[in-house]
This record gives sequence, structure tokens and C-alpha cells, in this order.
Amino acid sequence: MPPIVSVSHLVKTYASGFQALKDVSLDIEEGEILALLGPNGAGKTTLISIICGIVNPSGGTVTVGGHDVVRNFRETRSMIGLVPQELTTDQFETVWNTVSFSRGLHGKKPNPAHIEKVLKDLSLWDKKDNMLRQLSGGMKRRVLIAKALSHEPRVLFLDEPTAGVDVNLRKDMWEVVKRLRENGVTIILTTHYIEEAEEIADRVGVINGGRILLIEEKDELMKKLGRKQLRIELAEPLAALPEALSGYRLTLEDEGHGLIYDYDITGERTGITTLLTALAEAGIRLKDLSTRQSSLEDIFVELVGARA
Amino acid sequence: MNIEAVKSIYFFEMARTRRTLLQSVVSPVISTSLYFIVFGAAVGSRIQQIEGVSYGAFITPGLIMLTLLTQCIGNGSFGIYFPKFTGTIYELLSSPVSMTEIVLGYVGAAATKGMMIGLIILATASFFVNVSIAHPFVMLLFFVLTAVTFSLFGFIIGIWAKDFEQLNLIPMLVIPPLVFLGGSFYSVNMLPPFWQAVSHFNPVLYLISGFRWSFFEIADVTPWISFTIIVGFLGVLMALLTWIFRTGYRLRN
Repeated sequence: MPPIVSVSHLVKTYASGFQALKDVSLDIEEGEILALLGPNGAGKTTLISIICGIVNPSGGTVTVGGHDVVRNFRETRSMIGLVPQELTTDQFETVWNTVSFSRGLHGKKPNPAHIEKVLKDLSLWDKKDNMLRQLSGGMKRRVLIAKALSHEPRVLFLDEPTAGVDVNLRKDMWEVVKRLRENGVTIILTTHYIEEAEEIADRVGVINGGRILLIEEKDELMKKLGRKQLRIELAEPLAALPEALSGYRLTLEDEGHGLIYDYDITGERTGITTLLTALAEAGIRLKDLSTRQSSLEDIFVELVGARA
Repeated sequence: MNIEAVKSIYFFEMARTRRTLLQSVVSPVISTSLYFIVFGAAVGSRIQQIEGVSYGAFITPGLIMLTLLTQCIGNGSFGIYFPKFTGTIYELLSSPVSMTEIVLGYVGAAATKGMMIGLIILATASFFVNVSIAHPFVMLLFFVLTAVTFSLFGFIIGIWAKDFEQLNLIPMLVIPPLVFLGGSFYSVNMLPPFWQAVSHFNPVLYLISGFRWSFFEIADVTPWISFTIIVGFLGVLMALLTWIFRTGYRLRN
């Protein structure tokens, strides 16, 4: 199946001379959830803005559903729903009107039943006649999501959807995202919360300084870049590592009370058995053992730090 | 053509007018009444007639034009500036609408609102003076053409403006002097020759003159020149708009 969104050699230089995107290429498969991670100013929002048609690209091409986003903007934008990062709302409008307006803008005939369903799914039904300025920040965020879903998009962009959002809304939102995915909607989200990407995404892309550093299946990524650590707590502290253990990747910590062993989970052998034997032979007594797998956050920090 | 989108924008904008009914409708009625009291009663009692028309009636087309220009520019500019200011413009830019459709929606609503208020002014004026319209179709032509042209002008100002000061600069500082000096309240022929010549550089003079001709068949310049000037201005605005859309000026940069 051809990708639903295909970005090829995309470049964006703003009038100020700032180059927000430097040769970005990326394919997004239909029906997947892709999380884009990156620090502030990495180019996430610019990338989304170009795909959605808000910003003109300086070079390169983007297609959505096989259509070029500049030449065939009607086809591409009809397929896309966008939830922006900022809480931008027309303060003096009612929830119902602003959501219906979004549907009309996308060229769809009024469909009160669909709007009703969207509002109910997002627990906004009892607020439908309220003006937006009467709503809390979390409620406004729901309204933005409702607007994006008003025209039944095939691709949904969520730009930092959970920034400043409470636990309940976050849970509701992921429920909605899961339901959408079950209906075949492709979802692209950007986030600072790496746990979110870890929990919900199928694939993870890391973007920094206007470049895609990597894009990979989340599980693969965790496996490939994920390191494991074995922490051994010692009964008696060691002043230095014994000669017999110099062959292992070991470090002493906690003033000799702990030993850290780094190993690769993708390797044929982890070396744990021989290490433990060697420890026993060296007469070192153990108090406790624990292991820790690096999180997506560690991977991210490492990647962005190394290449920044 | 995305008709649903044009309809959505148009009715969304018209709904804003409904919400601000007091400010939109009552305030022009009050200011027009004030003009009639000050100019019509106080000044008019001394001038009485200009070229065979009672002074109160003479100023009516100028007053309608004054309101039409300020209202259309104001509505046209605010309609597109407000989403830029609040950030909701993202939605317009990411929707499957062409710039032509955006213009149809916003400019259509701004012109409609301007014309509604223009007609209210005409109705208010007829309480004070006896206004007869010699050429109703010509009057409508000038009326609609001016409303559309200046709503479009407002739309361009709204795209250009970076803050509220710039937004108000032209409607507040440029249009009133042009309208006042364009013969709203007098015939240019009453001026000394030098100021008559200067007045002919004022584009608004041609609008008012043509519009007034459709009422009373008196004009400072022939109606055809007035017509040509306004169509020319519309042409210049269209060209400017085409350039704005092509480059994404201040919208997609």
C-alpha cells in the first residue's frame, strides 16, 4: 500500500533566513500512529504546517493520499484534520457554531448527527451552547479536537495535544485516538511527553535542528537502541575492581557499594552468567540484583544530545 | 468551487454582525442624525440650496458614501485580521478553500453589512429631508460597486496589518479627510480654482460625485469618469490581491 503521507526532500527557510527544515524525507503509512519527538524549535510544527497547507515549502514535495499538497490542495486538505498547539479559538462563538463552521470550511454539507457524535465523544455535549470564552483550557482543547474531527478526516495531526492538559482529558483523548485508529484514521502527533509516544505510537520519529534523526518502529527502536543495565549491590564495599573482573564492562558506583554492568539485549549472550560466576570466584558477596532498561527518553536524550 | 465554505464564512461573519447589532446599526443612525442636525439644520439654514437642491438633500449621498466607505473598509479588514490576531487563521489556511473563496466569503459579508447600513442611513435621511433618486439603477450600481471595492480594499488592509494600529490607520486617518474634502458637504465648484484643481486628485471626489449624480443629476465630474475611476481602483485591488495570493504574503510565509 502506498504511504498516505509522503514527504520528500522538504526544505523551509523563513523570510528571516532561519532554516526550519533541512531536507526532510518521511513516509507515513495509512492507519498508523506516528509520534514525532523533538525539542522546541526542532521543526515539528513547521513540518506539520507545510503538510496541512498553512506554510509554503521552500523546496521539496509533500503528497497526501497521492496528491500534491500545493497543486491539489483541495484533495489533500479535505483528508486532513489538524489540532494546533496553541489554544486558538474565536472567543465569542458557541461550541456548536465553531465546530459546524469547521465542517463547512472543509466543503462538507451540514450533518448535525455527526457533530453531535463528535461532541458527545469528547464530553462536550452539555457545553454546546456555551461561548468558547466561558470554557476552561482543557475544554477549549477538546473543542479544537472536535473541530478537527468535524469533517471526518482520514489523517489527523495532533500538535502537542497534551501540553497543559489534565489527566482526565489525556485519558479521554487517548481513548478517542484509539477509536479513530480502529476506524482506519492515520494519526501523527508531536509530543514532549516521551511516555506518551512509548504508550501509544506504532512508530517514533526523532527530529532536531530541522532534520529527521531517525524514524523507526517503536519496539524495534527500543530493542536496537535500548541498553540494559544490571546493578549489583555488594555486601561489602570494594575499593577497586579486582583484576579478575577487568574483562567485563563494569563500573563501580556508590563508593564501592554497587557495581553496574552494561549489556546489550540484542546480543547473542548477555554475559550475565559468566559475570556472576566470576564474581563468586573472586569471593565477592552480593546483597541484591536489579536490572533497568533504557526508556525512550534515554534514547531521545542520547540522540539529540549526540547530534545537536 | 467549495460553495459550502463560502457559505460558512459568509454566515459566520454575518452572525458577528447580529451579535453586535447595537454598535453596527444604532451608532451609524445616531451619527447620521447628528450630521443632519449640525449640517442640515445649522449650516443648511444659511446655505439653503446648492445647484437647485436643498442642502440637507445635497449632503445625503455624501453621508451614505462616508458610512459605506468606513463600514466596508472596517468590516473587510477586521474580518480577516481578527483570525490572524487570535490565531484561528490556521483553520482557514488548512482548509480546502481557495483564496477566491475566502475573498468571496469575507468581502461578500463585509459588503452586505456596509450596504445594509448604507440603506439605513438613506432611510434615516428621508426622515429629515425629501430625498428623491433620479436614476435608481445607476445609484444601485455605484452603491454595490463602491461597497465591493472598499470591502476588498479593507480585506487587503487586514492582510497587510500587523497590529491594531496599522489596521486602523487607513480607515481612521486616510478615509475621513478624503471623504470630507471630496465634496460630501459642498460642491467642489464652490471652492477657489486652486483647491478645485487639488480636489480632482482625490479619488473619493469621483465616487461621491457619481453617486450624487444618480440622485439629483448634478455632478462635479461626469458620471462616466466616476464609473471609470471606481472600476479602475477595483482592477488595481484585484491585481494586488492576485499578487498576495501567489506569494502567500503575510499569510503563508
